[in-house]
Amino acid sequence: MISFELNGKTTEVSAAPDTPLLWVVRDHLKLKGSKFGCGMGLCGACSMLVDGESTRTCVLPLAAIQGRKVTTIEGIGNPDMLSTLQSAWVEASVAQCGYCQSGQLVSATALLSKNSNPSDNDIDEAMSGNICRCGTYPNIKKAIKQAAKNLRKDNGQLKIVAYFDPNSIQQEA
Amino acid sequence: MTTSRSTDIALKPEDVNTSRRSFLKNMSLAGGGLVVGLPLTACANISLPNASESALQPNALLQITSDNVVNFYLPRAEMGQGIYTGLTTIVAEELDIHPERINVINAGLHEDYKNLEFELQVTGGSNSIRTHFLPLRHLAANARLAIRQAAAQQLNRNLADIQTDNGKIIIDGKAVDYGEFADYTNTLPFPEDAPLKDKLQFKYIGKDNPRLDGVAKATGTAQFGIDVDFEGLFRAALKRCPVMGGTVKSYDDTDAKGMPGVKSIVKIHNGVAVIADHYYQAKNALPKLKIQWNLPETLSKFSSDSTAPDNGKGLFKTALDSDNATNVFEKGEGLSALQNAHAVISAEYWAPYLAHATMEPMNCTAKLTDNRLELWVGCQSPELAKNLAAYYADVPADNIIIHSTFLGGGFGRRSESDFVAEAAAIAKVSNLPIQLCWSREDDMQNDNYRPASMARFTVGLNKAGLIDSWTVKRAGPQLMPYVIDNLVDGIMPSILPNAFVDWMSKAGYSLYDSLLVDHTSVEGLYEDYDVPNKSSDHITADPGLPVGAWRSVGHSYSGFFKESMMDEIAALQNQDGVEFRLKHLKNNPKLANVLKVVAKKSAWNKPLPKGHYQGVAVHESFSSFVAQVAEVSVVDNQLFVHKVVCAIDCGLAINPDIVKAQMESGIIDGLSAALYGEITLKNGVIQQSNFHDYPALRINESPEIDVVIIDSDEAPAGVGEPGLPPIAAAVANAIFAATGTRLRSLPLKLEG
Repeated sequence: MISFELNGKTTEVSAAPDTPLLWVVRDHLKLKGSKFGCGMGLCGACSMLVDGESTRTCVLPLAAIQGRKVTTIEGIGNPDMLSTLQSAWVEASVAQCGYCQSGQLVSATALLSKNSNPSDNDIDEAMSGNICRCGTYPNIKKAIKQAAKNLRKDNGQLKIVAYFDPNSIQQEA
Repeated sequence: MTTSRSTDIALKPEDVNTSRRSFLKNMSLAGGGLVVGLPLTACANISLPNASESALQPNALLQITSDNVVNFYLPRAEMGQGIYTGLTTIVAEELDIHPERINVINAGLHEDYKNLEFELQVTGGSNSIRTHFLPLRHLAANARLAIRQAAAQQLNRNLADIQTDNGKIIIDGKAVDYGEFADYTNTLPFPEDAPLKDKLQFKYIGKDNPRLDGVAKATGTAQFGIDVDFEGLFRAALKRCPVMGGTVKSYDDTDAKGMPGVKSIVKIHNGVAVIADHYYQAKNALPKLKIQWNLPETLSKFSSDSTAPDNGKGLFKTALDSDNATNVFEKGEGLSALQNAHAVISAEYWAPYLAHATMEPMNCTAKLTDNRLELWVGCQSPELAKNLAAYYADVPADNIIIHSTFLGGGFGRRSESDFVAEAAAIAKVSNLPIQLCWSREDDMQNDNYRPASMARFTVGLNKAGLIDSWTVKRAGPQLMPYVIDNLVDGIMPSILPNAFVDWMSKAGYSLYDSLLVDHTSVEGLYEDYDVPNKSSDHITADPGLPVGAWRSVGHSYSGFFKESMMDEIAALQNQDGVEFRLKHLKNNPKLANVLKVVAKKSAWNKPLPKGHYQGVAVHESFSSFVAQVAEVSVVDNQLFVHKVVCAIDCGLAINPDIVKAQMESGIIDGLSAALYGEITLKNGVIQQSNFHDYPALRINESPEIDVVIIDSDEAPAGVGEPGLPPIAAAVANAIFAATGTRLRSLPLKLEG
């Protein structure tokens, strides 16, 4: 039994200890916001905050997160309560297909939590682990800069970290 | 007086129920002409989604319920191109309601969701806005008039007194929800010819409103195929032949069976599937399978790096050198005009196979119960997926239900339904509800690839240095024979015996390829410029690797070939690239205009930062006209793309911000292909497997992009694909300006 904190809530899982955290969160805990993209830590679609760092969870075994703090996109905000970064993201219409976006938002959240005024180079460095095949990069830069500005100005919220069940609003398939 | 009027409006007239006829019955009596421009369900027994007698539901696309929910069933697949927002904006405009107040539902299967150009329920060809623009406006305008008429009758007022604003009927300064009148509209004939708005009246079209799927996609709550889950669902992973097209000769699953979580192991048409409680369990058990394969004969012999004349690039080169090509287009004196040329320039170009590499690997969820198959999938062609699944699950096509999700990227990959067929087959053989999920490696190595192509131009100039004859021959695989091969199982009527369908499937390729040239093989190679004599030929060179539509299809290579060639001709004569193109665009004013705009905006021929050089390219595709200028530097044989300026004339832009995003998307996708994209084979086995050896452009490599959208009142044209074709040539031409080296092969490699 591995125990860790997921989006502010203590969570215990009995999956095999070598199971990648991504699949524990998606298959066992049913939080579907974090995505499977490459399985090799190359594309960043699976990114979650582990103790505040953007981490590739498709290659992170469950055993490695015993006692640590994990935040997924569901802990960053939800449709009823967007974080400052998510608001800027929506305003800038960043998403295209949207599949990589949870990972992008996780990496951008990690960046802004340490740097409230990132330069283009800072953004490049923090975000280069996250591939977007739709090429949303120009709008990602725009949204991060706008969010940084809003955070500096009104001290908005970067993370909400409240358990949220996406099934409660899931649209009709 | 105002108060009593308000009360009147709130009350529902007593006679509604007594005089109500089912609007749906009414519709089936009226046949196909009820809604202008949109085919209505021909067959009365095909039910409308969420049908309700008290809702206004002119067809399967639009529904206004009596509790005031406006449902728009999105007939096209949202894969990033923004159609979720674009089509909804069109409906919203004529219905007079803010787009955000419309509930958008990814549509399942229905006659009314057909792509009006392809006459199939398919998303592709950058035609969603173009084909739906007028029909959806008519539908929404008629629906708005229906509600106004219902309000006028119920309130006993003149129609002219009944106005609308943002989903409400406005009368004497009071506002009442559309839904209040939905029930009563069913007692009246549905209007057929409500007038459309003038462009000056547009409230939503042409505005930069935020994407309607933005919140869902910024919060991880948008549902993709891979996110589908329900109690009792198992996960499947499939081991396929290392050479595409191979089949299972024999297999031993003893070791795999003992792996944790494994529930069942089944053989299907193209491999052996492991079914487990969880995906990673299925994936971990796959390597334990021992499988003997029947290898496909032709493809197993192909190696990209072979130097033999019938292998590698030699296969394409030999085809180009042969006399067996088929002429596809001729103008003036065609090829024979070359004899009178003052000078002749010839060059050969190459573009490799490419994978689609969508962010979301292929996946499909299938549940078979009582001869009824439910599928959950994000796909570009649900109608074809349905037919293919019917064949592989051996159920009647009418017994298939498709639940559509968002697509984690399409780029043409999800117009094929091979992964749906696999899921249907696994569900059938195992008798378990399963979600088949491909690994990235599965995805990279079992694609329907962009066809590799080689082209040879021979261009004749007149004394003035203008192009007098333009001849181009293209060698490579054709797309359509593979599409037919993949689909024939699904297209053939169910009354035909399976053996006949299998025979057709095998015969389809050669039947098609010997009879016809697929226009996508040569599209974009010869059309754009004014040249008195033209000739374009195709010859099939095909090692047998499956190919399919890849963003912009033939234009993905022809844009590079044609625009590099044009640059060569200008450079050989020491002519400016922009000026030389303009001399040959007198009959193509839209392409000439975007070129002039991009030249001005990019400060063409003006001083640049030290070591920076520009290259230009133009291309028409999908009824849109695009020009791009790339600014690059080359340092120690390393290429940096600093900036791209792009101008597009796509007619009326429904949402200019999405058009801009699609240009950025096409440019960045095109740069991934231009700088890195290459699928190679060794004895038929794909050599690339994941993003380390098939890289995609990352944010730190992404240039500054400046997009200009030409203001236009003309009908909207494509935007999902047209941004891609010019970029490789714009960069290659800039490299030539920087180094004097002409790169004629993709990906662009600077040698030391």
